[in-house]
Amino acid sequence: MNINVSLIGQIITFLVFVWFVMKFVWPPIVEAMAEREKRIADGLAAAERGKQELQAADVKVEEILREARQQAAQILDKANKRGSEIVEEAKTQARTEGDRLVASAKAEISQEVSRARESLRAEVANIAVAGASQILKKEVDAGAHARLLDDLVAEM
Amino acid sequence: MASASGSGPTPTEYVTHHLTHLSVGEGFWTLHLDTLFFSLLTGFIFIGVFYAVARKATAGVPGKMQNFVEVLVEFVDNSVKDAFHGPRGFVAPLALTVFFWVFLWNLLDLIPVDLFPWLASKMGIEYLRIVPSADPNATFGLSLSVLALIIIYSFKGKGAGGFLKELLFHPFGKFPLLVPFNILLNIIEMIAKPVSLALRLFGNLYAAEMIFILIAMLPFWAQWIPGTAWAIFHILVIPLQAFIFMTLTIVYLSLAYEEH
Repeated sequence: MNINVSLIGQIITFLVFVWFVMKFVWPPIVEAMAEREKRIADGLAAAERGKQELQAADVKVEEILREARQQAAQILDKANKRGSEIVEEAKTQARTEGDRLVASAKAEISQEVSRARESLRAEVANIAVAGASQILKKEVDAGAHARLLDDLVAEM
Repeated sequence: MASASGSGPTPTEYVTHHLTHLSVGEGFWTLHLDTLFFSLLTGFIFIGVFYAVARKATAGVPGKMQNFVEVLVEFVDNSVKDAFHGPRGFVAPLALTVFFWVFLWNLLDLIPVDLFPWLASKMGIEYLRIVPSADPNATFGLSLSVLALIIIYSFKGKGAGGFLKELLFHPFGKFPLLVPFNILLNIIEMIAKPVSLALRLFGNLYAAEMIFILIAMLPFWAQWIPGTAWAIFHILVIPLQAFIFMTLTIVYLSLAYEEH
């Protein structure tokens, strides 16, 4: 065991190696590791956040669905009501229209009847006069009996 | 047994041969070329692999290699985090370097003891020891650097005044008569740290190398039994010694940095 100048050589070598490792080897590796650690932590946090967001979204979807269902039910109700209203209205309208038609038909009929009656009256008067003149076999003064005949016609 | 000559060496010659460094220079100015070469080689392997990963490090899905490196970096970072509560910008890379460098040094111990010396002898190199942690120059090189860092971190953590106060008054108290004992004890403690660090690693790996050399002197058909057992045992020892060196470095720096 002899100590000699190799010792100095070893010390210098050692210090150079340590310096090199400190300068060029240690920092990049440790930085890469720290960076990866951070990325993993961030990823896990993001996953956790995503899970929570999904849950929140599920709840929201449920709510929206419920609302939509309610709205649909309301719309359906309204539509039903409106439908029956329309039917009612149509019915009423039809009824009034029918009544009106019936009334106008009746009026026309009564008009026709009275017109027929008038013409019949005139006819009857003529026939009566003609008949009477035949019966009397003599000329009847149409002027003298016109009043009598009108009274007769009015009685018919 | 490795031998270029026909007659073969005696056991003593063989062991001595395997325990001789490839060196240049005389006395203190001797350089162990093999230790320097193999510690540089392992260091560059370590840095090369880690730098290649660091340059392409991505925060996205990591590749197999990046994954492997990240596991190790995290392991070291956690070890530092547990023991050292100051800024880790320097201490953590230091711990990583200590751990890996020592680990790779120790790993060289599992290469058959004769392989590299034999290859070297083919290239005309007479002596070669490939395990840097079995050379006290390497282990003391680390531990003395750690001692320097301990002193630097004592100043950084406690300030000059705080550090001096601890040296003068620390374990026994402020009574003036006790101050010399405090100083003495603190100095012993200060010296004991790098010495124990270096000698623990050196002792373990030197002994391991020695036993591998002794096993290599058995007849070839008998080597595999103790050789396998010892190698398997060393799968445990190699990372353990690296881990101990790293952990104690962190603990010493933490003790130096924090008030107590």
